[in-house]
Amino acid sequence: MSIDMNQFLQTFFEESFEGLDDMENGLLNMTAGEPDVEQLNDIFRAAHSIKGGAGTFGLNSVTDLTHKLETLLDRLREGESEVTTDGINLLLASVDCLRSLLQAERDGTEADPQQAADITTRLAAMVDGDDDDGSSSDGNAGDDAGSSATADDGSGPGGGWRIGFTPEPHLFMTGNDPLRLLEELSELGEIQVSCDSSSLPALPDLDPEECVLSWTIDLYGDVERQAIEEVFEWVEDDCSLTIEPLEPAGGDTTTAAPETAPEPEAASAGEPAGDDTQQKPAQQSSGGNASTSSSIRVDTGKIDNLIDMVGELVITQSMLNELGENFTMDKLEKLQDGLAQLERNTRELQENVMRIRMVPISFAYSRLPRMVHDLMRQLGKKVDLQLNGEETELDKTVMEKIIDPLVHLVRNAMDHGIEPPEKRAELGKPETGTLEMNAYHKGGYIVIEINDDGGGISRDRLLNKAREAGLVENGSELSDEQVFDFIFHPGLSTHDEATDVSGRGVGMDVVKRNIKALGGNITVNSTPGKGTRFAIHLPLTLSILDGQLFRVGDQVYVVPLISIMESLQMQGGKIKRMAGTSELYEWRDDYIPIIRLRELFNEAGGGDLENELMVVVEEDDRYVGLHVDELLGQQQVVIKSLKSNYRPVTGFAGATILGNGTVALILDIAGLLELAQARDEVLTKGANN
Amino acid sequence: MNESASDKTNSVATTQQDAALQGTVGDGDQYLTFTLGDEEYGVDILRVQEIRAWDTATPIPNTPPYVKGVINMRGTIVPVVDLRERFGMETLEYTQFTVVVLVKVIHGNRERIMGLIVDALSEVYGINEDQLRPPPEFGTVIRTDFIRGLATMEDKMVIVLDVDSLLGEDAGVGGDGD
Repeated sequence: MSIDMNQFLQTFFEESFEGLDDMENGLLNMTAGEPDVEQLNDIFRAAHSIKGGAGTFGLNSVTDLTHKLETLLDRLREGESEVTTDGINLLLASVDCLRSLLQAERDGTEADPQQAADITTRLAAMVDGDDDDGSSSDGNAGDDAGSSATADDGSGPGGGWRIGFTPEPHLFMTGNDPLRLLEELSELGEIQVSCDSSSLPALPDLDPEECVLSWTIDLYGDVERQAIEEVFEWVEDDCSLTIEPLEPAGGDTTTAAPETAPEPEAASAGEPAGDDTQQKPAQQSSGGNASTSSSIRVDTGKIDNLIDMVGELVITQSMLNELGENFTMDKLEKLQDGLAQLERNTRELQENVMRIRMVPISFAYSRLPRMVHDLMRQLGKKVDLQLNGEETELDKTVMEKIIDPLVHLVRNAMDHGIEPPEKRAELGKPETGTLEMNAYHKGGYIVIEINDDGGGISRDRLLNKAREAGLVENGSELSDEQVFDFIFHPGLSTHDEATDVSGRGVGMDVVKRNIKALGGNITVNSTPGKGTRFAIHLPLTLSILDGQLFRVGDQVYVVPLISIMESLQMQGGKIKRMAGTSELYEWRDDYIPIIRLRELFNEAGGGDLENELMVVVEEDDRYVGLHVDELLGQQQVVIKSLKSNYRPVTGFAGATILGNGTVALILDIAGLLELAQARDEVLTKGANN
Repeated sequence: MNESASDKTNSVATTQQDAALQGTVGDGDQYLTFTLGDEEYGVDILRVQEIRAWDTATPIPNTPPYVKGVINMRGTIVPVVDLRERFGMETLEYTQFTVVVLVKVIHGNRERIMGLIVDALSEVYGINEDQLRPPPEFGTVIRTDFIRGLATMEDKMVIVLDVDSLLGEDAGVGGDGD
């Protein structure tokens, strides 16, 4: 009998990815020089679980890397090594590397062995000698990777180095370019390169994807051996590399060794390699974000609740059963009680089942600190990310679909919003910008806010752009809200050039469309010089809403309860007319348009509105009165799509099935307003011509 | 109460379908036929999902008049189209024989279920591809791309419909992928 390890493997991957997220969060919260032992312990524990699991499943590459990681963490924990920014970055890079290894295992793809080897080497180097660069301790740093480490670690003998570089044929496959390495070397000092093309095959046999050349490089100048090793750091495993000191006399092959010793640029030489390490994790992590797990972790408390409720349901059912078997009229009251209980049970069960799908927004938040961390380095900005309301729960599907828009908005805020530190200092703002995220429940909605204290959006500039694009008629006055709304217009950007960070990928119009598709809404408010605030309103769940049922003609319709401000009986004196046709109602010191739904839905009828019923609804801060024939009950309705078998219909968000099995349409207030406006335009044209 | 009502519709549907199935004549692909007045129309039986007696539909305002509204087909919302009105024929009062044939419509990369309201069910015929004759280029009020072909069965002309182009277009406008 064999045990199906796959099911455990799936769990292991899920747990490991969670562990990695925890490690990442812990690392991001760590500051150089101030080790928090508790936090280090947490990170250590997470790494240890991954190591254990990986060992069980025979994922050796993961085990090896985690083992090295643990060694370093252990030293940090014991206080034997200091927590440095480089150290944190290396640990973050290790987390990324582990993640990509695990992803490769999960998806059955090949991981880049180079990356793991590099990280392992760097971890080993950090464990072996934290800060002994330049010291005379022996340089076993490269041992793991098998690079030569024969000569001592100190600075080269004034004359320079002879580097023998024979790459493996598959070098290009690892994304490395010898030319770049040579260019980097040339930054260290004057170099003389001779290329050995002896193994170059005849043209018909040449595989252009293989590297068949090797090089001998003479590097002149007072350069540290380590600086050279750093240049080759990424290719160590894919080449044979020899680094030998040059004979001061000039060596046997080189004839014209210049005496001049160019400036040692060891300090700057480290940077290109360092940049690489920064880029890679960024790409890796964005790759990781794309995967969405199909399972969901549920609090046991929620499940226990469900079990209790199902128990109650069963009891109610058996009670009703018994009642039904020998029913007499005098038991009618008992039957009604039982049915009421059944209804309550069912509703509770439904609510709790829906609650299973609710996950805290921290799932979406968790991606942000790392991204902000990476972007800070990439953009040279200082940003303090504050995340509030992490416990706010929302539907899992909504959560998954809101992550991309959130990431986009945060990127935008980092790139266009918050100014570089120098500029902020000039403006008298603190050098570190603040990016604040808030999430909270409001009515039937979740509100997610993104506030930055950056440069804000220039209203005039945006308005001009909109005018140029012909979106605004000259002379028409627009509210701030309407103006800012233009940033969601496709192809309208106040930034003339796109940057690496934003300006690519999804645009603001896509952000808005995605949010609209979730039944939500996004608004923006900005004060130039002070900052920008985005507010996203999302429905709690996608499939159920509290609805008010009402009748128009013979048909029952549903309007979402959250849209309703008030339902009232119209008083004759408050009904006003404009140009004889359009009707307004005086409501809370305001005049709101009355939409006769009978007319809009092409039902017969009309007549006097006095004493008729009106439902005042709100959409986008606009108020409108809907004239209905009769108000029916309020109930939770399950939203069914109209477009899955038909097509979207303006004015209707979907349909639902009522208790008697018939279908009722659910109104979409925004669409309804569009319909009414379209009808008014037709009417005005008729009237004015 | 509700349950018993739907049970009833289901049983009506099955008996009618059985009746139709027993009347199978000929070889080839099977086509379910139904009548509009004196005319007989056919649809590919593999596309037929369900047949039910006409019950009320919930009208959708501001849609073409031949779209009679939406009905509840075991929890999903399905639009129904009056085929007489779609073809510009004289409309009839719906009777106890009026049936809704729910068919699968494939348009673009989407599959949908839509209902056709017809006068009554007729037969199931096996019609070979070579028995299908192309519709005349003109002289029909029905757009020729709605018709897959004409076949003669027991001295009657059966108009075989292409439900994808007939109904796909109605649903296709403004419909998107999801």
